[in-house]
Amino acid sequence: MTHLSRRSLIRTSVAIGGGLALGFHLPEASAASIPAGSQATTAASGTEINAWIVIDRDNTVTLRIPHTEMGQGGATSVALLIAEELNVDWAGIKTEFADANRHLRNNREYKVMSTHGSQLVRLQHPHLMGAGASARERLKQAAAAAWGVPRSAVEAKLGTLTAGDKSATYGEFAEAAARIRLDEEPAIQTDPAKWWLLGKGVQRLDIPQKVDGSAQYAIDTRVPGMVYAAVKACPVPGGTLVSFDPDAIRDRPGILRVIALRAAAVKRDRSKMPEGLRVLEMGSDMQDAVAVVAESWYQAKTALDRLPIRWDLGEGASTDTASCYAHGHRLMDQQGLVSGKADPLAADLIERSSRRVTSSFQRPFEAHARMEPINATVHVQPDRVDVWSPTQDQSSAVLLVADQLGRDPKTVFAHTMFLGGGFGGNGAGGTAVTRQAAELSRDMGKPVKVLWSREEDIAQGKQRPLLVARLSAAIGEEGLPTALFTRAAWFSIDGANQVGPVTADYGISTMPYRIPHRHHERHNAKTHVPSATHRAPGANQTGFVTEVFADEMALAGGWDPLEWRLKMTEGMADWQLVLRTLKEKSGFRTDLPKGEGMGVAVVECYGTIAAACATVNVSRRGRLTVDKVLMVMDAGRVINPHAGAEQCEGSVCWELSHAWLGGLDLEAGRFTNTNLDTYNLVRMHQNPLVETIFASSGGAKWGGLGEPAGPPTPPAVANAIYFATGRRLRSTPFRDHDLSWA
Amino acid sequence: MQLTLAINGRETRVDVDPETPMLWVLRDTIGLTGTKYGCGIARCGACTIHLDGQATKACQLPASAAVGRQITTIEGLSATRSHPVQKAWIEIGVPQCGYCQSGQIMSASALLAERKNPTDAEIEAAMADNLCRCGTYQRIRQAIHRAAEIAQS
Ligand code: FES
Ligand code: FES
Repeated sequence: MTHLSRRSLIRTSVAIGGGLALGFHLPEASAASIPAGSQATTAASGTEINAWIVIDRDNTVTLRIPHTEMGQGGATSVALLIAEELNVDWAGIKTEFADANRHLRNNREYKVMSTHGSQLVRLQHPHLMGAGASARERLKQAAAAAWGVPRSAVEAKLGTLTAGDKSATYGEFAEAAARIRLDEEPAIQTDPAKWWLLGKGVQRLDIPQKVDGSAQYAIDTRVPGMVYAAVKACPVPGGTLVSFDPDAIRDRPGILRVIALRAAAVKRDRSKMPEGLRVLEMGSDMQDAVAVVAESWYQAKTALDRLPIRWDLGEGASTDTASCYAHGHRLMDQQGLVSGKADPLAADLIERSSRRVTSSFQRPFEAHARMEPINATVHVQPDRVDVWSPTQDQSSAVLLVADQLGRDPKTVFAHTMFLGGGFGGNGAGGTAVTRQAAELSRDMGKPVKVLWSREEDIAQGKQRPLLVARLSAAIGEEGLPTALFTRAAWFSIDGANQVGPVTADYGISTMPYRIPHRHHERHNAKTHVPSATHRAPGANQTGFVTEVFADEMALAGGWDPLEWRLKMTEGMADWQLVLRTLKEKSGFRTDLPKGEGMGVAVVECYGTIAAACATVNVSRRGRLTVDKVLMVMDAGRVINPHAGAEQCEGSVCWELSHAWLGGLDLEAGRFTNTNLDTYNLVRMHQNPLVETIFASSGGAKWGGLGEPAGPPTPPAVANAIYFATGRRLRSTPFRDHDLSWA
Repeated sequence: MQLTLAINGRETRVDVDPETPMLWVLRDTIGLTGTKYGCGIARCGACTIHLDGQATKACQLPASAAVGRQITTIEGLSATRSHPVQKAWIEIGVPQCGYCQSGQIMSASALLAERKNPTDAEIEAAMADNLCRCGTYQRIRQAIHRAAEIAQS
């Protein structure tokens, strides 16, 4: 066995400057378009009115998309928001991805490139619509000056400027407009009733190239001279590499190198990092790993499977799912951190109550398991570095690789690719593989594609934290709760902090229901399992807890669960709108014949209230069928109903997969169900019909739609199963429960 | 070892270990990257191709077993996105991330070649091995029915 010398995988540096444009451009003949492949230069010719908008003399309008397209319709949303204000013919627009390097060079010119948190429309609309509005007014100003009329006399519509009998295209005034500075930037139109393009529903830009195999994902990257790497990290996260025996595979075909990749402590000189660019929190990102580099990935992977490796498994090896649960339930008897305001009366009232409800809940770790396994390609050359990564933030990929290699970011170019799913895992979760590819490319002197096998993808991806919770309530006079006391523990490598502001009881402590005395506590329990955000973080685990318990409280007080929710949110106009719509459209009832059931749930997430009504069928022997899920959504307004409904359908399927079939099994510190035969996801025959209704309250609300339909799905199904079978489910996956009835 | 393969109507010579799964021959040796890797164990369907017209998982098909047979990949389904399944997919806007869709389309087109008007149960049986993490299933079902209509019109 070869013993290893310490090898640092993480280096420091960072200075910002220089850069180049990138994007791609293969116009569709007659429709709005986005290209299928990646290039490292911006193609749009014409005059740049601002960073988002380029207009050619022939009036071709190209919009630059600073965000990633991972299936959520994000590219289309960005283009719609700009086009609404710019007022151009939708069918004629072209798009290209924006340049991450320029963004960094120009002090975050695109404001935000990261695509996460259902926030693209929700939070980025002011500056995206603002870019369109500003360009439109400058075009009008340019025409007004030429024609000797006031700006207010010029109309800008569908790419044409008119005033009286004068008329010109935007293209004719683009150069003049680019030189104009407005005294005051125009306001954007936020009233959905006045929109001409938003809210109507358009075909997404990225559909054609996704039906003929031409859409380019990072995994499809092919660079001349490229070699392939398969990697394996310690099966118990956090374990360290002791030794391996490269001689055992030396004779296998195509092998170029067998090499150790060592995690190293992060040493960062923060003073060199410009303000606002501190996005590279490595912390627990890196694991020790062994890489096999070969002429093809299949050669690398099959050799790696045969490579003898010795690991020091570390402390994590003593834990499994059951021990996490046991520890979590012990924590339920211990005082935790208080969320919000403490209410010392809550526990007392529950103690003294004659009508008390107490329930314990548990849910396992879940994987992202994006259909595109984790991968990255990096090409390190003396004067430049190219990166192809399925990241949810191209700008952080540039900084990450610059950091890893000790290069100036102005020489690092990120190619924006389509993502084979994001779901929160391609932000922080994609960093390790990109560092591996950078380091291996430097070492090999060649472009290297690193691809994690599906088993590696699930075992080493960052997981959604395991959750244990206990809720107690006192039921008062009218059958309504008078006090609520909750504790929740959430297991991740550094407590909850790894997933940002999301804490163990996000969703529990923020439950909408008016209960006179509420007290919420949380524990951030440590494990060796790295965690990351996961579609609808926090609410994805806790929505099940709160909304199953809501049904329990309602039934304990003799209430119909839907009437109870209406009663408990009295005076909250948007919740009332959603719940009344659900009542009207769902035909919810609790008196169906045994074996059939309907269940409701409502959860707020990312500014959107999502209510679900699930209809299930359970055979006497316990076979579950989920027939239908009706979603009623209040995101305030909806800019593209087609894409919005699609996201709701996808979110329902996503959470149903985890609640019904999923659950990562942790045994002796390692995940044991790491491919799609054992980590089971909903398939077509299991997928319910999803109907989506938008009940938009308007006003100042701009909610997200990429994630919120997920969290209410599991509790709605569990509540429906209760009415069908009398069995109350307080843990997932449902497949572990006996659902038979007599 | 030199093998001659018939891919999308063209004879293609490759030099690979005959045990190499067609998935990697297509993607890495030939550069037809529309066929995707998802699991490598025949459980996700992302790698579905047609072998003599039958939906087949390329991750489990050794290159040697493909010799002398007709292979069709997503790139060879039509030159201009004009196959009824592709037309229906565009019309209904099926793809989200799109990563699974080559496999979905190859499974659906193989089904429609055998059954002009498949029932829901037949669709579910034919598509059971094709996972979609984005949850596009109900639009896939709708699009298969629509493709059946387009094919017959
Ligand atoms: S990669 Fe072949 S079925 Fe999944
Ligand atoms: S469209 Fe994303 S996996 Fe199917």
